Amino acid sequence: MIELLRAGPLTTVQDLGRSAWRDRGISRCGALDELALIQANLLVGNAADAAGLEFTLGPATLRFQADGCFALTGTDADATLDGRPVRPGWREPVRAGQTLNIAAPRERMRTVLAVAGGLDVPLALGARATDLKAGFGGWLGRALRDGDTLPWHPPTGATTRRVGLRAPDWDASVRVLPGPEHDEFAAASREAFWSADWTLTPQSNRMGFRFAGPALVRTRPGDLPSHGVLPGVIQVPPSGQPIVLLADAQTTGGYPKIGVVIGADLWKLAQLRLGAPLRFLPCTREEAVAARRARQTLIEQWSTALCMST
Amino acid sequence: MLSGMTDLALHPLGEAALCCVLPPPVSLGQQQRIWQLAAALAGRADVTGLTPGMNNLTISFDPLRTDPATLEAAVHAAWAEPAASRALGRLVEIPVHYGGDAGPDLAEVAAHCGLSPEEVVRRHSAAEYVVYFIGFQPGFAYLGGLDEALHTPRRAEPRTAVPAGSVGIGGAQTGIYPLATPGGWQLIGHTTLPLFDPAAEPPTRLAPGDRVRFVAVRA
Repeated sequence: MIELLRAGPLTTVQDLGRSAWRDRGISRCGALDELALIQANLLVGNAADAAGLEFTLGPATLRFQADGCFALTGTDADATLDGRPVRPGWREPVRAGQTLNIAAPRERMRTVLAVAGGLDVPLALGARATDLKAGFGGWLGRALRDGDTLPWHPPTGATTRRVGLRAPDWDASVRVLPGPEHDEFAAASREAFWSADWTLTPQSNRMGFRFAGPALVRTRPGDLPSHGVLPGVIQVPPSGQPIVLLADAQTTGGYPKIGVVIGADLWKLAQLRLGAPLRFLPCTREEAVAARRARQTLIEQWSTALCMST
Repeated sequence: MLSGMTDLALHPLGEAALCCVLPPPVSLGQQQRIWQLAAALAGRADVTGLTPGMNNLTISFDPLRTDPATLEAAVHAAWAEPAASRALGRLVEIPVHYGGDAGPDLAEVAAHCGLSPEEVVRRHSAAEYVVYFIGFQPGFAYLGGLDEALHTPRRAEPRTAVPAGSVGIGGAQTGIYPLATPGGWQLIGHTTLPLFDPAAEPPTRLAPGDRVRFVAVRA
């Protein structure tokens, strides 16, 4: 068991999300920084899609009630285990009764914690991810509160020897493919979309990030018939300010889509601070597929490195 | 039309999805072909998700397992299959309290349509609707059959909080919000009937092809 002495402002149980019942309107959900969740799970010997915790900012304090090991990833937060510094990106052994303190990240936004064995919450519609807006999955369908105590599955034999994995560098840019309605925007608006610094606004959540910048004007007025959308789709409502859909996004929408963040760069959005600027970088389909393949290769290299270290 | 080759447009949506879009006007016959297309593609190993929309279908796929040309060929082949006749589903009656706090945009919709609020309610509850697809949130049914006189554009800026059970109009569509959520539709009424249960299989009360009738009730 793991006890949340101080849960932090928005802490949720997340895995890699659900794909079942998409045609009944069920969102994907899952860790916003999915690469951090995979990294943490591999470090502690879990399947890549095991359930862990996603902390938004912080600080948070947890007490372990059993021996095991854990990993913190995605973060540049200072963390201590009974006062001793813990290195993000490393496997850490832990004994029953020890207390983990996680400070707020210095420049990043989200910290992922995996424990060996994975969190033992019920499967809901095919996954353990929390769906905050529909109120199901994860821990009682809600964000964690002070005093919540979560069970975990027995570890499947990972060693507790310290070992680390290096994560890719982060910067405030994502590669974007033009969306189906890209060419319906005025030339000056298209130019602005690809060149402006877009500011992340407080009207943002796990469904979508709303950005502020130059108003994007669509030359062809009117709503579109509702259609399927996915995490990464960049919608432009009539206000002209883009919304990047994230893991908790609805399955369908009606706004024009000026672009789509490539799958391999979605994790980077998870670490963008409110008020911070973001660039949308033009990209080709071939580059997007190559980036996806490179990420797959990185995950395989992580697995290999861990096998060789044990 | 004998062949579907010319009427279904395919657009990439990122590197891992394909939108299949039919030209307007929206029709139930075309939507039945969308359901048929989704069913034909459901068994493919390279397809990871199928999201029917209003006379369109979004296909998610694994770009490391397939390429768009292969998938597009499969879509066109499935689309060229003759349309199967398909019976509509059961009739579900939904009690609605129109106007007041339950429907804060009823007056605005009435003004936009040049009708009295009472006439908006009469027309909205007179029709029998068909569930074209479920989307936007769990169990949110997009209904075909809205009286043309009631078509009203979405709000310029979506509300950050719409109460669960709200009945709204967005453009040519009408529907019910099963859960509290941000949303852009004009709200004309409210129902207390639950539409989503995550512990149930299937988790939603309404399914594509169901028929729906709104029944006006007093507060």
